[in-house]
Amino acid sequence: MTMFAANPGGWVSKTLLVTILVFTGIRSPMAGEWSSSEFLLRNGMEVVVIPDHRAPVVTHMVWYKVGSADEPPGKSGIAHFFEHLMFKATANHTAGELDRTVSEIGGSKNAFTYYDYTAFHETVPPSALEQMMGFEADRMRNLILTDDVVKTERDVILEERRSRIDNNPQAVLEEEVDATLWQNQPYRISVIGWMQEMEQLNREDAKAFYDVYYHPNNAVLVVAGDVDPDAVKAMAERTYGKIVRGPDLPPRIRPIEPEQNTKRIVTLTDARVSVPSFSTQWVVPSYHTAKPGEAEALDLLAEILGGDHHSRLYQQLVVKQGIASTAGAYFQSTMLDNTNFTVYGAPRGDAKLADVEAAVDAEIARIVKDGVTGDELERAKTRYVRSMIFARDKQKDMANMYGSTLASGGNVKDVEERPERVRKVTAEQVKLVAARYLVLDHSTTGYLLPQQQVGN
Amino acid sequence: MMTLALERMSSVPSPEKREGKVCRAIATVCFALFFLQLPALEARAEMNFQEVKSKKGVTAWLVEDHSIPLIALRFVFDSGSAQDPAGKEGLVNLMTGLFDEGAGDLDSDAFQQKLDDAGAEMSFQAACDGTYGSMRMLSEEKDLAFELLQLAVNSPRFDQAPIDRIRSQILSGILANERDPNTVAQQRWLRAIYGQHPYARPGEGTKESLATITASDIKTFRKASFARRGLHVAVVGDIDAATLSGKLDEVFGDLPQVDTLAPVADVTPRLGQQLEVNYDLPQTSLQLAWPGVKPSSPDFYAAVLMNEILGGSPFASRLFEEVREKRGLAYGVSSRLIDHEHSHALVVATATRSDRAAETLAIVRKVVKEMAEKGPTEEELAATKKYLIGSFAINHLKSSDSIAATLVGLQRDNFAMDYIKNRAALIEAVSLEDVRTEARKLLSADPTVMIVGPPLTDIKG
Repeated sequence: MTMFAANPGGWVSKTLLVTILVFTGIRSPMAGEWSSSEFLLRNGMEVVVIPDHRAPVVTHMVWYKVGSADEPPGKSGIAHFFEHLMFKATANHTAGELDRTVSEIGGSKNAFTYYDYTAFHETVPPSALEQMMGFEADRMRNLILTDDVVKTERDVILEERRSRIDNNPQAVLEEEVDATLWQNQPYRISVIGWMQEMEQLNREDAKAFYDVYYHPNNAVLVVAGDVDPDAVKAMAERTYGKIVRGPDLPPRIRPIEPEQNTKRIVTLTDARVSVPSFSTQWVVPSYHTAKPGEAEALDLLAEILGGDHHSRLYQQLVVKQGIASTAGAYFQSTMLDNTNFTVYGAPRGDAKLADVEAAVDAEIARIVKDGVTGDELERAKTRYVRSMIFARDKQKDMANMYGSTLASGGNVKDVEERPERVRKVTAEQVKLVAARYLVLDHSTTGYLLPQQQVGN
Repeated sequence: MMTLALERMSSVPSPEKREGKVCRAIATVCFALFFLQLPALEARAEMNFQEVKSKKGVTAWLVEDHSIPLIALRFVFDSGSAQDPAGKEGLVNLMTGLFDEGAGDLDSDAFQQKLDDAGAEMSFQAACDGTYGSMRMLSEEKDLAFELLQLAVNSPRFDQAPIDRIRSQILSGILANERDPNTVAQQRWLRAIYGQHPYARPGEGTKESLATITASDIKTFRKASFARRGLHVAVVGDIDAATLSGKLDEVFGDLPQVDTLAPVADVTPRLGQQLEVNYDLPQTSLQLAWPGVKPSSPDFYAAVLMNEILGGSPFASRLFEEVREKRGLAYGVSSRLIDHEHSHALVVATATRSDRAAETLAIVRKVVKEMAEKGPTEEELAATKKYLIGSFAINHLKSSDSIAATLVGLQRDNFAMDYIKNRAALIEAVSLEDVRTEARKLLSADPTVMIVGPPLTDIKG
């Protein structure tokens, strides 16, 4: 939904792959020893514990099932703004006390907001776990906000927006491509929000948002690390367990996309751009909305078409034809609602952007017509399994995998059974999803162009 | 692709962060190491360092851990982009893109296929002062993986087709950033700070320099630079010392003893300059440089502590408090010590709305001035010591790969294995007076300041 195009570093894109695979990663049979435990507190808070005893470190994450796509109309940015405000004073702790506490024990902490969820996390020695639970449980309900605090922090998020979007032509384009790809679904607005709406966000908006969404029955606790599930359960009951269950939230049913019958084009020409690039996107099902097997097939399609330097796009456009500095594809798989599938590329040497785009289209057409080979499919599956083993090396990646899945409509089984589900995908299924979803006449393309037209 | 979620605080979007990927990497590596201390490491039950010495005399630091079937390996040769021959800037960076593009009898395709068969990931990176390699492999496929690494290190092919392809990819990157304000500004910054020194040159090279680099240049450079003397290796994961010893000989045992490159001179950053890079942007980037300190210097830990208090600690520093928390002037603001092998600096960076850039600059200067004049408080120092001592394990030992990277950095800075034990004590030993003296010493200088954005308007900077 972001990531418009072109990693201009060329070969650097190979190293990026690692991250991609880790995050789309799935459990292999070898991952069996990583048994997770799952339980529910009486107030409705879900808990998942993933023991990892290699180091005396624990990652503690609270995921709220609310993100920017849940914001009321006209209040874009409130989910992310509120995430910032959660670090302010509560009835029991001063502002900055959590920061100082974590800092003094040598831990790390942060928070992030996405379309479907907001998460707060600390990585600390296990002896500090209950204290962290205490802080998180406290700020789930006891935050105190004043107009002054809200106003200053609002300035911070406005600077954040200028840094991330307004100062960067590619991000400016992405934001409007998203608003074009998504005509009805809330993913059309970037997580940070529209400037003119962010400028108006106030304490009342924050309070209203807090009171609706920040309750134990709308939260998932993920604890990964050097801990014992029973001990975690006892601690969770002593801290989070004391919070009163909030009102039941209605199911997260949001507006969905109408059928797309056009080809849409968004163009940004900017003096800071010197090499053109493009991306084309389609609306496709996510793991949460797909029919069984379809999202897995899309994952493998993305890998085979444009996942890394083994992929068809890289091999054809970058290696064989030598017309692109970069070319690839990705599938934003873990989303509550329908999601996007993206291809992208940028020319190199004398090639024109139109040549690159035509070559990308040709590779898509080839898969739609002839499908993928058995060997390609097997290799793609193997890379998935491997990425899962590599993912086990990073506690936080494991915690993220569970947390993001549970906060966007999935369950523990969805995480743990994914390898088997991916293994079952047939070449025919991959061909089928390509034919069904990657229809050029019904797509959305963004062009980032230099001010004086370089070719194209 | 994982789309980035918005974090409360991610990296500072400043020109400083855009300094060629290369120089950035080394700064991080050097910087990371000095917080290592014993308690956290001892607590890591299975984490025992071993020094493995192969028959041919190659040494590596090993942490055996059989709980996950993978092995992470990191190494560095201590020659980097600063040694690019004049006129052939970008050579080391180009070379590091080619090690998995064919070696021995395997052409690019065949090599990559085998790498995939082995389930291994191999990457090389150029830095100003080093050429870094890393590999992650599944332990059950380690024989094939090490064989491929042996080929890559000893017999890379540097075939013309991959050279031309990678070169043109790098060139595309250079062209794509040609009009990017931060890239343009960063190049000016490096020239202003380092003058004629090689650190001022772009690690990825230029259009002109890339065009002159031939396969033979690259072959010559690899032969001259890949030597045992400047090599440091660390391995973490599912492998025992005896097995590793054999692999070390296989991969590194036949390299020549010493490299034959010309040494790089030390350079003192040129301070007291004001650079204005004018662009019509909604947000202005500010970057300021003061003198830094050599890691081997006795006052190094005083500088580390002072920097943390000034702007190093996430969420807890004076700059963060004054610029972001109290005034909402920026999303990111930080200071850091830049430790290149031959130059040291303390750099503060932030980005702020352009109509209040002068105000922000004034506040940064005021915070720095106060630190220079009065130093930190006893409380700040105590808290920061705790943080530096405690945070090492969590910040640097979070995966096999990051442990290996940390251990390579330690060796690079000539720490013996038992030297690790002294780190906590060295931090503890720093007195308030030491930090005050250090603050005065470093921060009384007139900094070099760079402003990237519209001309300052609000008040006098």
